[in-house]
Amino acid sequence: METRVVELDEHFFRHESGRIVAALTRVFGVHNLAMAEDVAQDAFCRALEVWKLRGLPANPSAWLMATARNRAIDILRRERTARTFAPELGRFLESEWTLAPVVHELLGPPAIRDDELRMMFSCCHPRLGEPAQVALILNILCGFSVDEVAAAFFSGRAAIEKRIARAKKTLAGSKKLFELTAANFPARLSAVHRALYLLFNEGYHGASSESAIRIDLCREAIRLAGVLRRDPLASTPATLALEALMCLHAARLPGRLDSAGDLNSFFDQDRAAWDIELVAEGRRLLDLSATGSELTEYHLEAGIAAVHADASCAEETDWQRIVQLYEMLLAIRPSPVIALNRAIAIAQQNGPDRGLKEIRAIEGLDRLAAYPFYPAALGELEMRNGHPQIAHDHFRVALALARSPMERRFLERRIVACHNQRR
Amino acid sequence: MSEFLYLYRGGDSASSPEEMQQSMQKWVAWMKQLGDHGHLKSIGNPLEPTGKVVRGKQKAVTDGPFAEAKDLIGGYTLIEAKDLDEAAELAKGCPHFDTGGDVEVRPIMQINM
Repeated sequence: METRVVELDEHFFRHESGRIVAALTRVFGVHNLAMAEDVAQDAFCRALEVWKLRGLPANPSAWLMATARNRAIDILRRERTARTFAPELGRFLESEWTLAPVVHELLGPPAIRDDELRMMFSCCHPRLGEPAQVALILNILCGFSVDEVAAAFFSGRAAIEKRIARAKKTLAGSKKLFELTAANFPARLSAVHRALYLLFNEGYHGASSESAIRIDLCREAIRLAGVLRRDPLASTPATLALEALMCLHAARLPGRLDSAGDLNSFFDQDRAAWDIELVAEGRRLLDLSATGSELTEYHLEAGIAAVHADASCAEETDWQRIVQLYEMLLAIRPSPVIALNRAIAIAQQNGPDRGLKEIRAIEGLDRLAAYPFYPAALGELEMRNGHPQIAHDHFRVALALARSPMERRFLERRIVACHNQRR
Repeated sequence: MSEFLYLYRGGDSASSPEEMQQSMQKWVAWMKQLGDHGHLKSIGNPLEPTGKVVRGKQKAVTDGPFAEAKDLIGGYTLIEAKDLDEAAELAKGCPHFDTGGDVEVRPIMQINM
């Protein structure tokens, strides 16, 4: 028996699915998105049937694409009189002289890279809300099934199915995939940044209790940010800063959860568990992003994460620098959550009393009413102030607002800590 | 040692790429295990889900599918085992059951002349 040495990359099928659907959509036209998805699905089923018995081919990626390509050529031949495909390819697909060569070229590696980008930009259509954009990116480009997207968002299957179906209808209703040479490229690129940022945050802070799913989301966001970076047009300072911030945050993921999979307080994190390679990559990208005149919120957030990565422990952190960066961030994006983080950093530097005063002075504090980490921050500072009873009450309020089992367990442990301090 | 044919019947196709990858990895591991223990005579082949049936004295030709999806044979593998019981026991490790399929185990007839 010959044993194959070829091994599939983790999530190979997911990533290939995104690439193949994007490439086929380019050939069939965005109005035939569903057809592209069917052909990709067929190619995958076929691959599975053959590979499970015969083992992996030498180049699984090329095998899949060739299977999808042959099927695509069949469909184009059979239906070219009954259907319209990508309008800009019309003439080439009509003639038998050009059909196969054009499809070969469009489903070849250089073209596919652009297709993946084009699809990413198309998913961020301004007519779609941000949650729909993120769901669409996960479903089409990251190959997540509806169930997997629902699990990632800690949301009901029916709601997610509806959201994705509606978003696909909007996408299929647009005339064609987004062209990277379009005049509105910069605006759309910002929308893509925002969607990838949300995708990453869903993984990092999200409500899904399964840590494996959350890590997957973070990795997908980093992967897609890398796709942007490798494109000369999309590789702007903001793109680099966004990827830097993702790397620097993701580096902390292993320390963020304890051995039972529960949330650790930032101050209790085991910094030895941080991923030093990701920290180094984040730093490198942050350095590269420091060109041009544009200072984005991604630069500032990455800057904050880099200061944390520089410190050997919470006490050694340059809190003054962090407060400054939060203040710059507030100037770009005023938000009570950022103001809360600034107040916590001030408390680190100037003591809990000062921190509590800063929290009370936050503009739009009422908008934090449902945010569990607002009462939790009050609780932390009161505890440090030696008021475990008051802290306890704040943590109880926070517990009632907790959005996931993980947050609940974290806050329950803080309540126990209050009890212990009172004794 | 005797030879047996595994016929893989029915089974749902995986719905998401991640499920496919997991299914794929289980199959590869199972095949490797059969091979490592000297049970794998021939990995066999998958079968197309389409086909034709030629039936009766009239030799009428009809298009497939010729069975319910749950009865459709999706592929076969030739294995070696001590006896039918061992062959059936080995089949229990097949990932095909995860997707609701069956494995039919048939002894290859021994002809000693």
